[in-house]
Amino acid sequence: MGSKDMDLIDEDGKRLDGREYDELRPISIEAGVLKRADGSAFINWGKNKIMAAVYGPREMHPRHAQDPSKAVVQARYNMAAFSVPDRKRPGPDRRSVEIGKILSEALDEIIFVEQYPRSTIDVFIEVLEASAGTRCAGLTVASVALSDAGIPMSDMIASCAAGKIDGQVVLDLGKNEDNYGQADVPIGLVPRTDELTLLQMDGDLTEEEYEQAMELAMDACHDIYKKQKDALRERYSTDLEEQEFEEIPQEGIEEG
Amino acid sequence: MSDEKDEREIILPGEAVDEDMKPGRGTFKRDGQVYASKLGVKTFRSGYVNIAAQSGRYDPSEGDKVIGTITDLNPSVWMVDLNAPFPAVLHVNDVPWRVEYGDTRSYIDLGDAVLIKISNVDEQKKIQVKMDEEGLRKLNSGQIIEIPPSQVPRVIGRNGSMISMLKKYTGCRIFVGQNGRIWIDGNLEGQYLAVKAIQMIEKKAQVMGLTDIIESFLKEETGKEFDDEEKDEDTPPEEDE
Repeated sequence: MGSKDMDLIDEDGKRLDGREYDELRPISIEAGVLKRADGSAFINWGKNKIMAAVYGPREMHPRHAQDPSKAVVQARYNMAAFSVPDRKRPGPDRRSVEIGKILSEALDEIIFVEQYPRSTIDVFIEVLEASAGTRCAGLTVASVALSDAGIPMSDMIASCAAGKIDGQVVLDLGKNEDNYGQADVPIGLVPRTDELTLLQMDGDLTEEEYEQAMELAMDACHDIYKKQKDALRERYSTDLEEQEFEEIPQEGIEEG
Repeated sequence: MSDEKDEREIILPGEAVDEDMKPGRGTFKRDGQVYASKLGVKTFRSGYVNIAAQSGRYDPSEGDKVIGTITDLNPSVWMVDLNAPFPAVLHVNDVPWRVEYGDTRSYIDLGDAVLIKISNVDEQKKIQVKMDEEGLRKLNSGQIIEIPPSQVPRVIGRNGSMISMLKKYTGCRIFVGQNGRIWIDGNLEGQYLAVKAIQMIEKKAQVMGLTDIIESFLKEETGKEFDDEEKDEDTPPEEDE
């Protein structure tokens, strides 16, 4: 990492795509985009396009993998063959298996898994277009899709990365910054309690730089959290106009 | 119905429910504060604050009448899919016939649809269902469509106004299972019309005065008039009962 023949930050302190050091790429989220899935969401984050679908809780197969005390969260991270300029060889590889595992563990923390013994909650994260930061974007949409699926959770997870380019700590690395920068720290935050459920680091940071990076990323996660909520509100608030919240009549629905 | 009012604002998982009440369904308590655990709306019942889920799979609860399909059978039980997180168990003792051991298949076969009632859900979330009550039976004709379980109250309507109107105009026998499965039986035209109307309800669930819209749709399609009867007005929810 770190080549000196490329300037990632110009004289004005602006980055390659014109962002400030503490600025996120534009993010838009839409909830409930798939009809067949129990819950779904789509995120457009910079040049990343990621779809998440949730199925379950449902009976787990194979049966020997069931946990009699709780639900098993199975997140699958997959990149489409056309998601990167060079064709991505389809199928699971070392990297996507790892990301699937850490995202499963991150989501497992917020879901009330003990409410659904013996079952599974499947989360499919499909990367349609990738441009750095897909695990963070994936975790962010997956949380929205889980809410959309009506899964009981203690909170949503907002996720974002911070890193170091040209010796400066910056927020949300883009493709070139990721490739030619010095460090990348993706985090997954539970905004209600400020707890972390995902923390990785690629590259080196001093203790001070790490503190700065965490502060940047955590602040950004709170902003992303708002966008997640807005997406869900937009999806559901219209459904609410003039809806009836009576106890459902059991009588009177019998055929006449 | 309780006289405490319900709110219509959407609550998201992890959001504080600031009412000073006991945590009910769809909520959890941390450090003395009640939070929502599901996406839904607040409802208040006898000192408890609940979150009524607005999405997701069917959450089975005792006493619900539901429509299931048989996914598996063995000499003494049928396994029934309810679109719930777990399959339900229908035991030979809980059907209206005397079934000899090993003779389950000749009564209800794989893939058959049944109208059943949930008799028990235990802590392990094992669901037991029964069919030995009036009105419960195997469904031999007609068709079944699915809607999100959260929209079941819409299709039934206030005091069953929507569903009785659908039956009146289409001449069909209709049963709405609490798990979002709807059974429709009758002549083909009526069935087609009922399906179309229910799809309309699903799509326009948020529209004001939905009952009237559906009624005029049905009138137009069937040419029938039932104006002389008193109409079940879709009263705005602000006027509590």
